[in-house]
Amino acid sequence: MSTGILLQLAQTLLAILLAPLLMGWVNQCRAWLQGRSAPPITQPYRTLRKLFHKDAVIAHHASPLFRFAPYMIFACMALAAGIVPTLANDLPFSPAADVIALVGIFALARVFLALAAMDIGTSFGTLGARREMLVSFLAEPALLMVFFTASLISQSTELPVIVETLAHREFALYPSLAFAAVAFWMISVAENARIPVDNPTTHLELTMIHEAMILEYSARHLALIEWAVALKLFTYSALGIALFLPWGIAEQGELGMLPLALVAMVAKLLAGGAVLAFLETISAKVRLFRAPEFLGTAFLLAVLGMLIHFMLEV
Amino acid sequence: MATLSLFPSDPVQWAWGIVLFWLALGFASLLLQGSQRLLTRLLFPLGALGALAIAGVGAVGLSAPASSIVLPIGLPDLPFHLRLDALSAFFMVLLGGVAFGITVYASGYFRSMAAGPLALLSLWYHLFLAGMVTVLLADDAYAFMVAWEVMALSSYFLVTTDHKVPEIRSAGFLYLLIAHVGAVSLLLTFGVLQGGHGDYTFDTMRLAEMTPFWASAAFLLALFGFGAKAGLVPMHVWLPEAHPAAPSPVSALMSGVMLKTAIYGLLRVTFDLLNIQIGWWGTLALALGLITALYGVIFAAVQSDMKRLLAWSSIENIGVIIAAFGLTLIFYTDGKGALAALTLTALLYHALNHAFFKGLLFVGTGSVLHATGVRHMGHLGGLMRFMPWTAWLTLIGALALAGLPPLNGFVSEWLLLQAFLFTPGLTQPYLNMVIPVAAAAVALAAALAAYVMVKFYGVVFLGQPRDPVLHHAHEAGWAERLGMLWLAAGCVLLGLFPAQVIEWLTPVVRLLTNQTLLNDGSWLMLAPVSAERASYAPLIFFAVVAVVLGLTVLWVRRVYHGRVRRSDPWDCGYPEQDARMQDSAEGFGQPIRQIFEVFMKIERETPDPFSRTPRYRGASLDKLWFILYAPIARVADWLSQQAGRLQHGRIQWYLIYSFVTLIFLLIFTTR
Repeated sequence: MSTGILLQLAQTLLAILLAPLLMGWVNQCRAWLQGRSAPPITQPYRTLRKLFHKDAVIAHHASPLFRFAPYMIFACMALAAGIVPTLANDLPFSPAADVIALVGIFALARVFLALAAMDIGTSFGTLGARREMLVSFLAEPALLMVFFTASLISQSTELPVIVETLAHREFALYPSLAFAAVAFWMISVAENARIPVDNPTTHLELTMIHEAMILEYSARHLALIEWAVALKLFTYSALGIALFLPWGIAEQGELGMLPLALVAMVAKLLAGGAVLAFLETISAKVRLFRAPEFLGTAFLLAVLGMLIHFMLEV
Repeated sequence: MATLSLFPSDPVQWAWGIVLFWLALGFASLLLQGSQRLLTRLLFPLGALGALAIAGVGAVGLSAPASSIVLPIGLPDLPFHLRLDALSAFFMVLLGGVAFGITVYASGYFRSMAAGPLALLSLWYHLFLAGMVTVLLADDAYAFMVAWEVMALSSYFLVTTDHKVPEIRSAGFLYLLIAHVGAVSLLLTFGVLQGGHGDYTFDTMRLAEMTPFWASAAFLLALFGFGAKAGLVPMHVWLPEAHPAAPSPVSALMSGVMLKTAIYGLLRVTFDLLNIQIGWWGTLALALGLITALYGVIFAAVQSDMKRLLAWSSIENIGVIIAAFGLTLIFYTDGKGALAALTLTALLYHALNHAFFKGLLFVGTGSVLHATGVRHMGHLGGLMRFMPWTAWLTLIGALALAGLPPLNGFVSEWLLLQAFLFTPGLTQPYLNMVIPVAAAAVALAAALAAYVMVKFYGVVFLGQPRDPVLHHAHEAGWAERLGMLWLAAGCVLLGLFPAQVIEWLTPVVRLLTNQTLLNDGSWLMLAPVSAERASYAPLIFFAVVAVVLGLTVLWVRRVYHGRVRRSDPWDCGYPEQDARMQDSAEGFGQPIRQIFEVFMKIERETPDPFSRTPRYRGASLDKLWFILYAPIARVADWLSQQAGRLQHGRIQWYLIYSFVTLIFLLIFTTR
C-alpha cells in the first residue's frame, strides 16, 4: 500500500514535470517536418519560467473566478495525470475516480476555462468559449463511448483493471478496439486543440478556439494554463497508450519491472508525439462548422465500436 | 390502522398534522391581508418550518414500517385513506428539504410585494405544499385525485400571480388545460386499476389480478397522465410557458418538486399498484425519456430567456429520469433484480439532485430578476461583480446541473451510466444492442447540459453588463441568501456523500424491487456492485483537487511572486470594444441552432442593409407545437363550433332535448 502511494505520487510528479518535454518534442518534430530549424526540446520550460517571472496583468473588472480558474484547471489536470496508469498499474488512489470520473475531470477543467474566458467580456473570449463548448459537446460523449467499449471488454470502469485485462488478452486485432482507437485519436486531436480542429500556433480570429479563450491571461496564470495544456496532451497520450498499447506496464508487485516500463513508456510517447506531428503536418485545419462533422464521425465510430463488440465479441 | 388522535404517534399522523398546519397557515394569510410584515416575516418562515418537519417525518418514515390512517372526511362510504411507506417517505424528504430552502428564500423575496396580492399568493402557496404532500400520502384513488387537483389548481393560481399580463394568462391556461387532460387520463388509470371491484382504495388495487392487456392499458394511461405533469415530450409544451410566468420561488417549487410528484405517481402505479410488469413498457419509457432528454437540452441551448432556458433544462432532466425508469423496468422484468436496484437508485438520486439544483437555479434567477427587472439574457451580464453571493451560489447549481464532479449531478449521472454498462446478458438480444446507443444518448444530453450551463452562467453573471441599468443591481437580502445557501449545501453534500445517500435510499429500493443495492466500498467510496467493477470517491477527489490547488498557489507565491497589475482588457489590441461585442444569448446558442435546425421552426427578421438602426430578431420555436398542437386546437375548435349549433338559448329546445333523452333512455333500459 505504502509503496503504491509512493508510486502514485512519483508517477504524478513525473507526469507534471515531463509533460512540457512532450510538448517540446512534438514542436521539434513539427519544425523538422516543415523544414524549419527546431527550437530546443526544453523550450516549453523556458517559456514557463519566463511567464512565471512576469507581473500578471489583469483587466480592471476581472472577477475572482478569472484568477481562480488557472489554478483549478491545473489541479484538475494534475489529478487526471495521476489517475492514468503510465508506469505502473498498482495505483491505490485510482479507485477514487474511474473513467467516467476522468471524463468528469476534463469537463470540470473545460467548463472553468470557458467561464473564465467569458469573464472579461471581450468578443474573442466569448467566441472561444462558445467554440470550445461546441467541440466538447460531441467530443465528451465520444470519449465516454470509447471508454465504454473498453469497459465492456474488461467488465470494469476502473482504469487499472481495464489496462490489466487489455494487456493480458492474446494478441489479435479486435474490431471494436480498432474502431475505438480511431475514434480516440480523433477525440484527442480535438480536445487538445490540434490540427485539423484547432491550431495551437495561430491567433487568427476566424480559426482560433483554445487560444481565443486564453487571450486575456498573462504571466503566472498563463503559465499554469499552458502547463495544464501540456499535461492534458500528456494524459491523453498516456490514456491512448494504456488503452490500446498497454504492453510493458509494470503490474501489481512487479517493482523490478519499473525501469523497463519507463523505457517502454518514453519510447511509446516519443513515437506517439512524432506521429501526431506528422499527421498535423500533412493535414489542413477544417472550417469551424466542419469540426462538428469531424467529431460526429468520431462519436459514431465509438458507438459502432461498442455495437461491434456486442455483435462479434460477446 | 388508527384513527386520528390529538397526539400523533405514527409518521403518517405527523405528516397529516403538518398538512393541516399548512392549510391553517394558508387561511390565516387571508386574515392578515393588511400586514405585509406579518405575512413575510411570520407566515412564510412558519411554512418553511413545516417543510423542515415534513422532511424530518419523511426521514423517520423511510426506515419505519408503513403506517396508515383513515380520515373521517370524504364521500360517505369512501373516506380518505392515507398511508406512508418508504416510497412516500423518500419523496417527502425531497419535498421538505427543497421546499424549506425555497420558502425561506420566498420569505425574503416577496417582501417587495403588496400585502393584498401577497395574502392570496400565500394562501395558494401553502395549499400547493399541502396538496403535494397529500398526493404522496394518498392511499385511495379518490384522495389522490382530490389532492392532485388541489396541487394543479393552486399552482395554476400561483402561475397567474401576475394575471394582468396577457402572456401570463395564456401560459396559465395552457398549463391548466394540459394538467386536466393528464388528470382525466389518471382518472381512467384508476378506473382500469380497480378491475371491476368498485373499490378505489390502493389496497384492493394491489390485490386485483390483471390481464396483460388491461395492465398495459393502465400503464399507458398512467404514463400519459403523469407524463403530462412531468413534461414528457410531446406533452411538454406547458413547461417553457408556465415556469417563466410564475414568480421565481414558485417556478423553483414547480420544477424542483411538483414534477417529481409525477415521477412518484409513475413509480407507485407501475411497481406498487400493478401486479404485473411487462418488458416493452420499459423500452417505451426508455425511448420516450431519451427523446425528451435530447429534445429538452437542444431547446435549452437556444433559449434567450433565462427562466425559459431552465424550464427546458427541466424537461431534459425529467427525460433522464424517465429513461432511468424505463431501464429499471427492463431490468426488473428481465429478472435482473440487482441491476434494477442500481437503476432505481440512480433514478431516485437524480430526482433528488434535480430538485436541489434546479430549485437553486430558479431562485438564483429570481434574485437576478429582483435586482435588475430583466429576464432576457440579452440585457444581462457581469452580475458577478454586483451580486457576488447570488453569483457564487448559483455557480454551484450550474456546475451541479452540468454534471461535474464532485457535485451531486455527477453522482446520479455516474450511477445511471454504470447501469447502462452492466446490460450484457439481457434475454432480449435487440435490447443488448439498443442500450449502448441509449447510453450514448444520455452522455450526449449530459455534455449538452454543460454547454447550456456555460451559456446560462457566462451570459448572465460574467462578462460586461449589457445594460447600464445593471450597474445599480443590488445583492439579494439575507433571507434569500440563506435559502440559496441551504439549496447549495444540499448540492454539495449530496455530491460528497453518495455512499450514505445510497444506504439511506435502500428501503425505497427494497420496497419496489425486493432487492438491495450493496455498496462494496467504504463510507468514503461509492462502489455499487463491486469495487472491482466501478468506484467513485468524491471526497478523495475533492480533497486531492483542493490539496493540489493549495500547493500550486503556495508554490507559485513562494517561488515566484503574486504581483498583479490592473489594466484594460487586451482583446487582441482592438481599442474600441463595448459590451455589445460580447456573445449574446442567441449568439452563444447559434452553433446548436445550426446543427439541430431540423427540430426547430426558426423565424428570422434580418434588417434592411441600409437601415440606420438595424434590428435583428430570431426565434427558434418548438416544431411540435405546429405539427401536433395546432391541428388538435383546430379540430377542437371545429368540434366546439359543431356542438354550439345545439345551443340556441331557447328554453323550448332544451326541454325537447331532455324529453328526447328521456324517451331514449326509457327504450334503452326496458330492452
